Amino acid sequence: MSTIPPDPAAGAEHGDQHLGTEEQVVTADTVAEEFLPDGGVLEEVAVDVADIAPELADEEAVAHIVATEREIETEVGAPLLQLEEVTVRFGGLVALDSVSFEIRRGEILGLIGPNGAGKTTCFNAMTGVYRPASGRVVFDGHPLGNIKRNEITRLGIARTFQNIRLFSDMTALENVVVGTDARHRTSVPGAIFRTPRHRAEERDALERGMALLEFVGIGRRATQKARNLPYGDQRRLEIARALATEPKLLCLDEPAAGFNPAEKQQLMDLIRKIRDDGYTVLLIEHDMRLVMGVTDRVVVLEFGKKIAQGLPSQVSADPAVIAAYLGVPDDASA
Amino acid sequence: MSTDTVDAVHVAPHLGVGDRLRLWWDSLSRPAQWGFGVPALVLLALLPVLRPPVLTTVGTDFGGVMAQFGMYALLAIGLNVVVGQAGLLDLGYVGFYAIGAYTVGLITSTDSPWNQTDEWLPQSWGWVVALPLAVAITAVSGLILGSPTLRLRGDYLAIVTLGFGEIVRLLADNLKTLTNGGRGLSQIAYPVVGTSETRPTGVFSAGNAQPPWNAGLFWYWLALVAIVVVLLVVGNLERSRVGRAWVAIREDEDAAEIMGVPTFTFKLWAFLIGAAIGGLGGALYAGQVQFVIPTTFNVINSMLFLCAVVIGGQGNKLGVILGAFIIVYLPNFFLGRTSLLGIPIDGNEIANYKYLFFGLALMALMIFRPQGLFPARQKLLTYGRSMYQAARRVALAVTGDAEQSEGAR
Repeated sequence: MSTIPPDPAAGAEHGDQHLGTEEQVVTADTVAEEFLPDGGVLEEVAVDVADIAPELADEEAVAHIVATEREIETEVGAPLLQLEEVTVRFGGLVALDSVSFEIRRGEILGLIGPNGAGKTTCFNAMTGVYRPASGRVVFDGHPLGNIKRNEITRLGIARTFQNIRLFSDMTALENVVVGTDARHRTSVPGAIFRTPRHRAEERDALERGMALLEFVGIGRRATQKARNLPYGDQRRLEIARALATEPKLLCLDEPAAGFNPAEKQQLMDLIRKIRDDGYTVLLIEHDMRLVMGVTDRVVVLEFGKKIAQGLPSQVSADPAVIAAYLGVPDDASA
Repeated sequence: MSTDTVDAVHVAPHLGVGDRLRLWWDSLSRPAQWGFGVPALVLLALLPVLRPPVLTTVGTDFGGVMAQFGMYALLAIGLNVVVGQAGLLDLGYVGFYAIGAYTVGLITSTDSPWNQTDEWLPQSWGWVVALPLAVAITAVSGLILGSPTLRLRGDYLAIVTLGFGEIVRLLADNLKTLTNGGRGLSQIAYPVVGTSETRPTGVFSAGNAQPPWNAGLFWYWLALVAIVVVLLVVGNLERSRVGRAWVAIREDEDAAEIMGVPTFTFKLWAFLIGAAIGGLGGALYAGQVQFVIPTTFNVINSMLFLCAVVIGGQGNKLGVILGAFIIVYLPNFFLGRTSLLGIPIDGNEIANYKYLFFGLALMALMIFRPQGLFPARQKLLTYGRSMYQAARRVALAVTGDAEQSEGAR
């Protein structure tokens, strides 16, 4: 039951048609276009959000529901997450070589570097997928030592994946609700006997889930299966699912991969909107224009080492960064 | 987009029978659903009494066949939680069935050294007391099997569970002082209810053999009650954080973990619940036949249960019940039959080859319809009804349009 990764090129083209801001008018043709041979008709049609949740018509109301209400110990502007001399090794390969940097609460930090620079490794070290060989990661006052991955999410780090990893057999809304479940405490007895807490959590999950889908711009796709969504909407759904866990820090791993310029612009707007709603964002990205346009600060990695950090304008003028991206001319190195 | 383009991609919005049925069912109000559901259930319950001419089995008693179906349906629902919902391939499910049956046997059989029915427990109450114990002990056995093995994934888990099923059977065969070995435990207690002059030992006794109001019918009814209760429990779980966690684990375990799902805990719950339901089925079986022997719990039966789940449609709890019906009913349908539609056949031979036919059916299914006869359309939200209703309205409007445009062509 694996997802067939959509062809990025085709997806970009396809997504373009669907990312329009106006409500899609459902006709036999648009549905036929989205029909896949397996899957029921209920999972194929777009719904009218105003019909289900009229309160979501107002953009501010949506942003209000989406905004996190969590207590964060770190002050705005103070370091929310700190990497201290983190080293990750795979056998003899040093993927990260004592890298240190910090993410400040309320900022959008860009993490860039050429292919194989260790960006995703860095990411995985933060979210508990890899354990650092040395050094430590401190998040909101807690060192992330031997904490399980699902508990790290509950502490407040959420992420998206470079290669989309949605629960493809679930609807868009159900995907997001799995994210909200990270904050829920109902287990088997509560669900069997439908305790008041279970019912309250379910209602809350539905409201917040729908609001999140509206927030990222795919509310009308709530009842569609994740695998039937256009490529761009799948990327948006991943962001919504990550936000549903009410993170203190949202990590986006190349969210613009396979996007055309118009979609990249929309994504930049969305990332800013997320930050303005009170979230801290870490952005891993290749596309320099996107990074320079949206981030507050940038950290540059190359061959597992940090080679620069600072404001986007400073970093883009840094000779080491230019060398890393464009290579050093022969006569210069000679 | 013109209709030509629709033709070009060969996807016209058409509704299958299942989709139509679902749309119709979803369109009903809650009372209307009860209004249709309850009479349908009553009709199903009365099948062995009405004994419709074509449906009724000839070689074996129809009531007994339906009772066996009821127990297999329970097992299919339980196995579906593990395999269909949580995606954990369990090839040793028969082990839980055996533990449930043997728990009842050990507590109430006169052959068992642990027999309690001579002492403080009257024989007539033995089964009723043993039933919850059997369920609890099987649930614990699920926990014991699950806690070390659920760290494994995929094929490795399947192999370990296969071993577990065999271990349980071999224990039953070899712990001779306890289980009486291959001779089995006989005279297991059953509920003594409805004694009368014609039925001195009650309606649930194997001695009550006069159709249609025989023991098979009453055990079938008891199984139906158990099925309804289990379906309510499993349905509530499906539309909750638990059910969503299971599906998330099935789809992508790592992603689920990173999204905050405590995967190990919920996998263990799936094992425990599946085991408990299997134990319930085993306890019913032990009471019905009043006799357990190790050969009943061969690994091939595990495959048969899995076959019911796969044929019915993994993840669809009503589908797997139909899968169980196919598995139990079809061999019995042919048993003792000498002609079908006027063509002379040797029904007994056909029934003997049931594993061959089910094997072929599975292969054909994997090629043509891998999602099973009744593919799952899971609903994972407790309060998702308004969403589904909204989607239904759009779907009806759209497919209505589509049919008109098809007609116009």
